[in-house]
Amino acid sequence: MRIWMLIITAVVLSFISLFVGAIDIKPSDLLDWNSDKTQIFLASRVPRLMAIILAGAGMSIAGLIMQSLSRNKFVSPTTAGTLDAAKLGILISMLFFTNVTYTQQIIFSFAFALVGTLIFMQILDRIKFKDVIFVPLIGIMYGNILSSVTTFFAYEADLIQNISAWLMGSFTLVMAGRYELLYISIPAVILAYLYANKFTVAGMGEDFAKNLGLSYKFVLNIGLILVAVIATTVVLTVGVIPFLGLIVPNIVSLYLGDNIRKTIPHTAVLGIVFLLVCDIIGRIIVHPYEIPVNVTVAVIGSVIFLIMLIRGRAYAK
Amino acid sequence: MIELKGLTKLFGKKPVVEDVSVTIESGMITSFIGPNGAGKSTLLSMVSRLLDADTGEVLLDKESVKKWKSSEFSKRVSILKQANHINVRLTVRELVSFGRYPYSKGHLTAEDEKFVDQAIEYMNLTEMQDKFLDELSGGQRQRAFIAMVIAQDTDYILLDEPLNNLDMKHSVQIMKILRKLVDELGKTVVIVLHDINFASVYSDRIVALKNGKLVKNGPTHEIINSDALREIYDMDIPIQEQNGCRICVYFNSHTEAK
Repeated sequence: MRIWMLIITAVVLSFISLFVGAIDIKPSDLLDWNSDKTQIFLASRVPRLMAIILAGAGMSIAGLIMQSLSRNKFVSPTTAGTLDAAKLGILISMLFFTNVTYTQQIIFSFAFALVGTLIFMQILDRIKFKDVIFVPLIGIMYGNILSSVTTFFAYEADLIQNISAWLMGSFTLVMAGRYELLYISIPAVILAYLYANKFTVAGMGEDFAKNLGLSYKFVLNIGLILVAVIATTVVLTVGVIPFLGLIVPNIVSLYLGDNIRKTIPHTAVLGIVFLLVCDIIGRIIVHPYEIPVNVTVAVIGSVIFLIMLIRGRAYAK
Repeated sequence: MIELKGLTKLFGKKPVVEDVSVTIESGMITSFIGPNGAGKSTLLSMVSRLLDADTGEVLLDKESVKKWKSSEFSKRVSILKQANHINVRLTVRELVSFGRYPYSKGHLTAEDEKFVDQAIEYMNLTEMQDKFLDELSGGQRQRAFIAMVIAQDTDYILLDEPLNNLDMKHSVQIMKILRKLVDELGKTVVIVLHDINFASVYSDRIVALKNGKLVKNGPTHEIINSDALREIYDMDIPIQEQNGCRICVYFNSHTEAK
């Protein structure tokens, strides 16, 4: 697959995404700058598209980094407790401060995502039996433990409904003024690209990295910080999107390999394409209502994931 | 010259390497041999700074390894650990290019590309340079990793059991290549070997360890004799000369039960 084919697909899908929704907007409607339709277009459709692009690219790259650093093809923000830790962080911030500000939520969520992922990597370091399937299973169990702690405290504090809102990955509520946090993931993605070679080397193991004079721990920490930043911005604006960080990097790895400098652009664009498709489907099938994107992603993603598991066990080793 | 001075490594309270002092001569193949658990790999890891010694020090050009900048050190000494478990999907050429990482940090210059080309050619990998590592056989993959180390262009090349999982033909291939690296390119090779006969036929010097302690250290012909081998392996091993090579016939030796 060529990168320009992916980009053209992404552009076409972006265009479709802009003109699909409850209110019928045609490109010709935009000629009148002051019309209601133009206002809706600018306040809702454009931010939604931007959110999809940033979340799609961000989550896929976060997954790519985690798979490289954990040296396991099935580790991703959703299978290593990162997103669950971020959610726990948001909850703690709400329990801690009576009138919690957005900044406080961001800081707590980021800190928890970082520490949560770090703990998972520590667990990974200690277990002897590193089967490709066993490791993400541990991650999922670990994530569920974090998640149940969150639910318990949310129940005690009567915050269950807020919690379920973050569980639901959805672009429905994305509007101008509510998604701009996602732009923080742009520098994170650029930094990921600059560190691409270092991630590839680190992905071949500590001994291998040390042989080439790379400070392994430093690169590992940079990677985990980038993952935590991206996960936090996505959870706080869009919610949890499963599978994205898991399947997109794996599909790219199948046809392009694991040289991250080479695969990062493909991973980012394919992530965008995948999320756009899922979101457009969710908006079309029950038009004029919509299905949250995490549902369509989960349905399509789990099928792809199953195929990968069945066919790809050999390759993942 | 690499000097090992009084190296000790404890795992818990148990010493796996105890007070080992060896000088590694330049321009030669030095083999580390000894029974299982003798501490050969641990010793090699300390030489290559993958492990820190608990006491003692390693000197490269009279300077402690700890004082070397890690990027400079990686231009002088390379280590290849048992690499069969690396499951990263890189092409042969990409892998070999990472050997230039200490010099270029990933942005290959024309000179780097030249080194990469030469290393690939040297290891006879030109035809398969765009194949992924997981499409290669064990022997080809091992050659690819050695090509990477050649591209790294270090004076010292350390290898931890490079013949593991290789059949006879590929083992011989790899050992001949290492010999060529020393004889033609003037490299210094330090290698952990399990098979005493490969050590006997291909190495210039042998360092023998047993239970973490140094038992023998000297030119190959001084070590490959029944008396020295009895001390190392607790086995009576007859030696036979074959075309100038000393072969240890250990397959039906009497072993002392311990």
